Parts: sequence; C-alpha cells; structure tokens
Amino acid sequence: MNLNELNIREAHQGLKSKDFSAEELLDSCLGAVKEKDGELNSMITVCDESAREQAKKVDNKIAQGDDIAPLAGIPCAVKDLFNTKGVKSTCASPILKDFVPPYDATAIERLRAEDMVMIGKSNLDEFACGASTEHSCFGVTKNPFDMERVAGGSSGGSAAALAAGMCTYSLGTDTGGSIRQPASFCGVYGMKVTYGRVSRSGVTSMASSWDTIGSFGRSPEDIAYVLQAMAGKDLRDSTMPDVAVPDYMSFIGKDVKGMKIGLPKEYFGKGVEKETADIVRAEVLKLEKAGCEIVEVELPTTKYAVAVYYVTMPAELSANLERFDGVRYGAKPDKVEDLVEYYYEARGRGFGDEVKRRIMVGTYVLSAGYYDAYYKKAQKVRTLIINDFKRVFEEVDALIAPVSPFTAWKIGEFGDDPMKEYMADALTIPSSAAGLAALACPAGLSSGGLPIGLQIITPQFEEGRCLQLAGVLGA
Amino acid sequence: MLSEEDVRHIAKLARIALSDEDVSKFAKRLSVVLDYMDILNECDVSEVEGTNQVTGLENVCDKDEVVKSQSSPEELLACSELPVDSNQIRVLPAIK
Repeated sequence: MNLNELNIREAHQGLKSKDFSAEELLDSCLGAVKEKDGELNSMITVCDESAREQAKKVDNKIAQGDDIAPLAGIPCAVKDLFNTKGVKSTCASPILKDFVPPYDATAIERLRAEDMVMIGKSNLDEFACGASTEHSCFGVTKNPFDMERVAGGSSGGSAAALAAGMCTYSLGTDTGGSIRQPASFCGVYGMKVTYGRVSRSGVTSMASSWDTIGSFGRSPEDIAYVLQAMAGKDLRDSTMPDVAVPDYMSFIGKDVKGMKIGLPKEYFGKGVEKETADIVRAEVLKLEKAGCEIVEVELPTTKYAVAVYYVTMPAELSANLERFDGVRYGAKPDKVEDLVEYYYEARGRGFGDEVKRRIMVGTYVLSAGYYDAYYKKAQKVRTLIINDFKRVFEEVDALIAPVSPFTAWKIGEFGDDPMKEYMADALTIPSSAAGLAALACPAGLSSGGLPIGLQIITPQFEEGRCLQLAGVLGA
Repeated sequence: MLSEEDVRHIAKLARIALSDEDVSKFAKRLSVVLDYMDILNECDVSEVEGTNQVTGLENVCDKDEVVKSQSSPEELLACSELPVDSNQIRVLPAIK
C-alpha cells in the first residue's frame, strides 16, 4: 500500500517503528498533489516548504527517541476558511485572495501542538456558501470518482484531497451539511460535531449559531484522533458549554447490543433516490445483526428545515460579512466620491454571485417590515425542529439516514436554479438546526460507481456514540 | 416577486454595487428563494419561542483580566494593503 493511502493509526505506527519517515509520508502525499491536482483542483495553496520543515521536526524527535503525538507528522489539508498564521487564508473569495492572517485558529493551534504537518489549504465554496465547491473564485473542485462531477461542498476540496490521497486527514466546517455531504460524495468519513464542541475561534464565521468545525478521515478512528485533539473549551469562543471531553477512541469497538436505532421515514421518502435509500437500509442490517433494535420514527418538521436555514443562515451571514468592506481586507477601489461609495465598490467587486445573493437575502429578511415574517418566524420553526428531535431521542439512541438525497451531480447541472443546490442539504440541515452530532460514513457505491453515504445522528455531545456505531458499520 | 427597485434598495442596504444586468438576474433568483420560504407559513408557531442558541447558554462572561492577544497591533495593521497613518488604516482618497 502507498504511504499516502494509510490511515492515521497505520501512519503513526509506521513513523514510530521507523518503517518510513515523516518526510517520506509527506513526499508521498505531495506526489499525489503533483500528479492529480492539476485536474482535480482540490487545493488553493500547497505549503510544501513549511510542511517539510514540520515533517523534519517530527523526524528529529523520532530519531532522538522522543515520544510523538498520534497526529505528529501526519499530513493534513485544511479548508481555506481556517486562519493559518503566515499562510494565505482566502475563503475562496476575491476580497481575501491575498490575505495572510497573523494568527492561527484555535483548532489549528491545538493540532500544531501535536506537530501536525499542514500540507496545504483546500478549496471551498466562497465563504462556505454552497453545496458543490462550484462557487469558488479559484474554480470548481472535481470529484475523484468522476471528473465531470462535483466533489460536494462547501468543504469539497478537503473531501476530494483526502479521497485522492493528497493527505491522511483533512479539516472542514459544517454549517448545514458542508462536511457530511462532500464526505458522502467522495466516499470518506466526515464528522459534524455538536455545536460548541470545537472552538470556532479563528475560523471565518458563516452562520454563527450553526457553524461547527470537524474533520474528514478514512476510518472512525481517524475521526476520533482528530476530534480528541481539537475538542474542548476555549476561552476565545464564548459559545462553548463546559462539557467534559471523553476518550473518543474508547467508543470504537464497544458493543452496540441493545441499542435502539431510529430510521426517520422522511429521510427515506419523497425526493430521495431509491438506490440511496436501499443502500443505507442494507447497511443498517449490520447493526441489527450486532444486536441493535431498528425502528421507524417520524420527524414531520423535516420539510421545513431548508426554509429555516435559508432565512436564518443568510441573516447571520450578512451580519458576519459586514466586516469585509475593503478597508482591512480586499479590493481597493479608487476614483470614488465618498466612503459609502467605497464600500459599494469594494463589496461589489469583492464578493461572488452566490455570496451576494445570500447577503441580500439576509439583508432583506432582517429589514424593517420583514423581520417578523421571515426571521422571527424561522427561528420559531427552528424550535419545532429541535422539539421533534428531542421527542425521538426519548425513544432511540441514534438515528441513521442518507446524507444526501442524491449522488454527486454534474458540474454546472443545476445552472441558474439555486433551489436545486439548496435541496442537496435537505437531510443534513435538520440536525444542524438542533446542533446535534452527526457522522457521515461511506455506505456503498451507486450502479454508476458514485459513493453513497449514510449519517449517524445522535443527541448533542454524543459524538462517541456516532463513533461506536460507525465502528460496527465499517468493520 | 421582487421588483428591480426592491433589489436596488436591498443592495443599497447591503452596500453592494450591482450592474443593471446583475439587478435583473438577482430579482429573479432572489424571488425564487423567497417564494420558497412561504412553506414556513404552514407551521403554527403562535405558542412557540424562537431559538437563538442551541445549547442553552446565556450571558457568558469572562473574568475581567487582560489577556495577551495572539497578534500585535502592527501585525493586524499589516493585514491591510492600505497605507497606515498614526496607527490607523487610511482610506484613500475618500477620507483625506
């Protein structure tokens, strides 16, 4: 097996037993970047020099007989929404295309403390606004399984880079499905953590009451390693409850006998491709064999989630993106009459169409006369969605459902109809609305050879339970 | 359906310059999205409180202590491509 296809545990053991060096592991991943990324376009910035320095540092530690952390020397691709000190952090937006932040996001800081090797910054929909990575000012990321199709989004670059062997794990953000859906499209694992489990500090905010930070991996164990390093209270993010961080690895391999699993019927019904539903149901049989009880449950508010999201997310986004005004960052218009015109021009040139569209929806739903009808109403319906989940979690330990109603679509297929792309997140948005934990796992391939993913959804702060069940499914 | 005048008004509130072509394109696209939101009117929420925060936190306060910033003021000022003057970023030529 090639070094760039190893999972974290295998790579860590190989490094410790000196079967190969961190530099060789990095070279193997850089080789894949060189060979494939010209076409795939999963990376915005490749950090070959700084990554090599980080790898050498780990190799020195090993040579000296020092103990190394599980993630030491393991190559990671980071969604370009994370601020990384001294490395361009563009958010795939014209307004930030040359921005070099002077600090690291907390998640990055914690991984650096474990001697991470950051191979580069991966492509995304501009400011995470999209479900296909088609809305990036650096061009679309292609799907490694079919170059004519999208990798999903918004963390499409991170998913594609991992699937194509350019890194051993990668980081993303999931606001309405932006980790789970590309994981599903590219056939890898992707963890959406509970809201507030991992610090958002230093990751450019999209919708602050929804945003979460997570990772992509090749196994449930890979997810556990990275979550262990990133999770836990950070004073720079005041929206994090003080909840103890368990030993995530201890959940993998744990018996699932007697657990009750709900299959929400709305997630297998109208609008969901039959092949997707069938493959997910077939996977669930493994849990039944392992002693789980499988029941059907109902989440009738599922159909309102997309509307709730596309009211509240743009509202929060429009406020968060107000800071991008061409003064601290971005385009520098000249020949303007006054400061207001300066803002118009800087923002008009600095944002792509999808971001402008969402800022304008957000501005509209927050404007006088529409606030109650749209924004307040959506926040109330969000409560109904949360209540639905609370009710079913009194009955079951976890829910299992498809991640996406359909497999990866052809680049450009959805053209000018934004609602088609928005519906791609119809099955991931509800759990995001409730701030739950959810893990996307590969479930199989379609007859056309495209990956299909399932998601395990659990109550807040029960990431361990997701990993426990995923361990059985993946075995 | 949003009129082109509505779109110009929203763009003004959002401080985004739009070309005439953008205005007609956005009027259609935004209308499609906003029309879809009508589905929310099916829900009776007269007795329901809105959700602002999903984990139940309220009034989070830190200790009143000075903490060292991760970046120096110089580093932060250097993020802008605009000239720095008296420890501030100078916007040219709008403010002279």
